[in-house]
Amino acid sequence: MSVIFLLIGCSLLLAIIFLFIFIRSAKRGQFDDDYTPSVRILFDDVPPRKSNHLKSKH
Amino acid sequence: MELEKFSYDNQIVRKFLIATVVWGIVGMTVGLWVALQLVYPQLNLGIDFTTYGRIRPVHTNAVIFAFVGNGIFMGVYYSLQRLCKTPMFSKMLSNIHFWGWQLIIVSAALTLPLGYTTGKEYAELEWPIDIMIALIWVVFGINMFGTIMKRRERHIYVAIWFYIATFLTVAMLHIVNSIALPVNFLKSYPVYAGVQDALVQWWYGHNAVAFFLTTPYLGLMYYFLPKAANRPVYSYQLSIVHFWALIFLYIWAGPHHLIYTSLPDWAQTLGVVFSFMLIAPSWGGMVNGLLTLRGAWDKVRDDVVLKFMVVAVSAYGMSTFEGPMLSLRNINAWAHFTDWIVAHVHVGALGWNGFLTFGILYWLVPRMWKTNLYSKSLANTHFWIGTLGIIFYAVPMYWAGWMEGSMWKQFNDDGMLQYPTFIETTQYVKPFYAMRSIGGVFYLTGVFIMAYNLVKTARQGSFMASEEAEAAPMEKVVKVYKGEFWHRALERRPIQFGMLALVAVLIGGIVELVPTFLVKSNVPTIASVQPYTPLELQGRDIYVREGCYTCHSQMVRPFRNEVVRYKGEYSKAGEFVYDHPFQWGSKRTGPDLHREGGKQTNAWHYWHMYEPTSMTSGSIMPSYAWLHERTLDISTTPAKIRVMQNLGVPYPEGYDAIANDDLKFQAEQIAAKLAQEDSRIKTSADKEIIALIAYLQRLGTDIKAEPTAQAAN
Repeated sequence: MSVIFLLIGCSLLLAIIFLFIFIRSAKRGQFDDDYTPSVRILFDDVPPRKSNHLKSKH
Repeated sequence: MELEKFSYDNQIVRKFLIATVVWGIVGMTVGLWVALQLVYPQLNLGIDFTTYGRIRPVHTNAVIFAFVGNGIFMGVYYSLQRLCKTPMFSKMLSNIHFWGWQLIIVSAALTLPLGYTTGKEYAELEWPIDIMIALIWVVFGINMFGTIMKRRERHIYVAIWFYIATFLTVAMLHIVNSIALPVNFLKSYPVYAGVQDALVQWWYGHNAVAFFLTTPYLGLMYYFLPKAANRPVYSYQLSIVHFWALIFLYIWAGPHHLIYTSLPDWAQTLGVVFSFMLIAPSWGGMVNGLLTLRGAWDKVRDDVVLKFMVVAVSAYGMSTFEGPMLSLRNINAWAHFTDWIVAHVHVGALGWNGFLTFGILYWLVPRMWKTNLYSKSLANTHFWIGTLGIIFYAVPMYWAGWMEGSMWKQFNDDGMLQYPTFIETTQYVKPFYAMRSIGGVFYLTGVFIMAYNLVKTARQGSFMASEEAEAAPMEKVVKVYKGEFWHRALERRPIQFGMLALVAVLIGGIVELVPTFLVKSNVPTIASVQPYTPLELQGRDIYVREGCYTCHSQMVRPFRNEVVRYKGEYSKAGEFVYDHPFQWGSKRTGPDLHREGGKQTNAWHYWHMYEPTSMTSGSIMPSYAWLHERTLDISTTPAKIRVMQNLGVPYPEGYDAIANDDLKFQAEQIAAKLAQEDSRIKTSADKEIIALIAYLQRLGTDIKAEPTAQAAN
């Protein structure tokens, strides 16, 4: 059963890495805004303005 | 700030998209084929390459790593570029990733039918392919992190967090579980044995479900579901909370696959507790997905994409409720080894992974080809036939599983087993296997309809190879100061730093710890348990090659009904110390074999392997007649013995040189005994069947040699 120490070690290591990433990103304000990102992703697919807008004005 | 112009690469998305559909069809067709073989074993066409034990792993590997795998990459390559407002880090890496992954799939599709397998479920591929997987996975990682680094949007959307967790965890699981010593180019033995191998394997196996079938798909859900519904996710806060909760809990749940086995109790309990806790974050994701559609359920009525996604998220909710329930000891005692588990995984696979993929495909193709979907009604047909397919698949399997669990345990008033022969349950569930195949036909038909619809859609549109976009560059926070120590720059980059630390610690840990474990773990805990003889070792490798573990377990659980049925003590941890790999199995389509040794005569095994129905009327096991014709390759024996010695199996020094003498001697004995038991048997001693009989007759007998044997754990 000694292999369980390897697994626990690996799992803990991963957890610590995730925890580290979590704290770092929380400190950098990744999670400060918990609303706008959900809306922003809906708007990023607008195709770049070509002549469509201009045409409609005529 | 100046807007920058750039373009998204749709070509790589298209490549993965086509691969998803193609491998989906291949993997599901093979699935239907293996399902039908359980009703009509002769559908193996009488050849070894297409027999259940060989192609069942083809089905699982194809649908998981080829269909879902390509589906993940398709969705990641599409969404990551847009979420980061940048093209992928490197077009070349994207292409290496794509072609490398397809090469891995093709290698798997070739080697598995040929019998090159490690015998570890969902990790069957041999070591050269494992190395290839690791390399391509790293290519994917570099490409993904490179893209994240050069993003123009500071906030990392929740979907990307799921992708990052997927990458890191799968890398670790794959490496740790695949460590093996090669015998030759296409044969290796895992460094772990018995209980240890089982624990590592299911730590990997469960997390393959968690971090290959779940987290990346949750990421895709968080991008494509809001997009398709055109409304923000119900609660962004909940998505963040359940993400972190999910990844911290999932990694500990693996031992729930080993409840009531020889795994120490406390490790089982650990798995149960964490599995149960997983309901909370899993349902967090489901609730968040479904509530995204609050006030917009009218859209679901009209939009086939949303229909698929709603069923997908519901199936996710159902299987993540059922999973924790199945990990409870009392339910697991009933459901483990039965078709209930097969039903459970297929609700997740067909519902969650399949339907989410289909929804994404129906959403992506019209967008990337700048047109409308060719036929809405065909897509609706696909939706209904697919949904019916899931029901027709799951209901018979739940019924079958429930009855198997009940019949195996049933005692009559005299205290005897009500159904003492295994074949009685087999006969009972056979019609349900047939019904399940009908569900499979429905589901697969739907996929064909989808493929036709998507091809037609693509034909009528024109593909947008690159999509123009523009965004302001990201404000630089991380500044590099000239002349500073290089490590300072690294310290400001937590992700790269984390990655490097992971790699460093993993390499160090593996190199340093694994050999120490091996020496310790191979100290026999039951004195009478001896290493396999060379002939038995070769026979065991045939057992692995033919995929016997896909239908037979080698684990008698400590229940009265199992001890009575299998006529021996329940399995002890110390009995498996020389098993590289372990072969406990996860499903009893046939009876358990751990106490098989000495129960039947050699001649019985000879004829049973030649034509199973001649010994067991009504058996659904295929004939393995090729074992009776083929000559055993004994040229590998010395190398196998040497590898086993390196793994700590106590063969005497220099035994590899004389192992084949022992092998031939034992083979002659068995051949002679066969001739003595049944005068019709005229076989020479060098056939593969002799080695397999030697192994089967050895199974679980060591412990009987010494009644006072000291039980381990």
